[in-house]
Amino acid sequence: MSRLEDAIEAARFVVTAELLTVDAGGLDAVHERFAPFADYVDATNATDNTSAHAHASPLAVAIALQQLGMEPVMQLTCRDRNRLGLEAEIAGAALHGIENICCLTGDDVTAGDEPEARRVFDLDSVQLLVAAGQMAAGHYLSGRKIDPPPKLFLGAVENAGAPPYDYRVDRALKKVRAGARFLQLQVGFRPEQTEAFMREAVDKGLAAQCALIPSICLVRSPGALRFIDEHVPGIEVPAEIIARCERAADPEAECFEVACELAERARSLPGVAGLHLISFRKEAGIARLCQRLGIPTRETRANSRPVAV
Amino acid sequence: MIAAVEAAVKKPVFGCHMCGQCVLHSTGLTCPMECPKTLRNGPCGGVRPDGHCEVKPEMRCVWVKAVERSRRLPWAHEIHDIRPPVDNRLEGTSSWVNLYTGRDKQTPKGWHVSA
Repeated sequence: MSRLEDAIEAARFVVTAELLTVDAGGLDAVHERFAPFADYVDATNATDNTSAHAHASPLAVAIALQQLGMEPVMQLTCRDRNRLGLEAEIAGAALHGIENICCLTGDDVTAGDEPEARRVFDLDSVQLLVAAGQMAAGHYLSGRKIDPPPKLFLGAVENAGAPPYDYRVDRALKKVRAGARFLQLQVGFRPEQTEAFMREAVDKGLAAQCALIPSICLVRSPGALRFIDEHVPGIEVPAEIIARCERAADPEAECFEVACELAERARSLPGVAGLHLISFRKEAGIARLCQRLGIPTRETRANSRPVAV
Repeated sequence: MIAAVEAAVKKPVFGCHMCGQCVLHSTGLTCPMECPKTLRNGPCGGVRPDGHCEVKPEMRCVWVKAVERSRRLPWAHEIHDIRPPVDNRLEGTSSWVNLYTGRDKQTPKGWHVSA
């Protein structure tokens, strides 16, 4: 059982983080990206060509993380591979003992720096979850056997901050029926949207069926917030937040305050199982946020009684 | 011949892409193949705040429309069905014929969805 699955099963508060993209530099480059927060997280996401920019593949990075002693969550998007390619990645991950797989649709190729590329989307994220679940049950989509069946812990992403807002929990429920056991919610800068989603998630039984993990994004400048607002599909940053950070005497500190406030609000919501933390710089922002919120290290969490943090 | 008639009827009305395995009935009479990502199980996370498409900002998200319209139909619950992957061999064939023969209900041998 993966460390992440174990923590979720035991109803311990989980912390996951996103690894900055890797293009070169060997294992050292991977290590320096997670070392600052290694003590706090249960697992770290190896991303799959984020924002449709090519990087070292999620399988390669996930293997590197594993070799370096960090448990990976391998992200897989439907944008760049057809069903054969996706199944091959999952089988390959399982071969290396990687269990956590996060299935996403993926940003469109037009969001990236090679917009002339062919988009694939042979499967969608729900179908990918089903396919992965069938592999864990011992066969490919074709029905061909996999013996022994790979051990997998499947998850997905849902965006509480994109229309149609009143359908997002239903969509998440569909992902759970398709096999998702955890959902990392897309970064949101409008806490009222996360709150509305979580209320409905509790009412409809979603929170009881899978671990809901809101994402918090740490940036160091108002410019970065503006960039996210303008260039990252599906994430809106309210003008008030950008203005507040710009006006502040120390904009960098203010950006950190914003992240802390969002994280504090998110983790206090009923049904929230943990936090997913994303920092766009190689620095200790993630560890600092955990310390600030009083989230103990992974080891301390694992050794304590399961109480809401 | 039937495919030509189907295309002539459905292209102007639904923007039909002739995938040959029509799911309009369960998607609020909105063709999911109009989605640039051809998603058949709901919207992606990139929908713009105004309900428009991540890829084509001038177009309303297919799934925003599908969800909205499905709620006005007596079989509204069908939007929640998990739809199987497209069989790419059926592209260009008539979904009417495939419906009649049951060909459009064939899924990969290893495709199982509980409940």
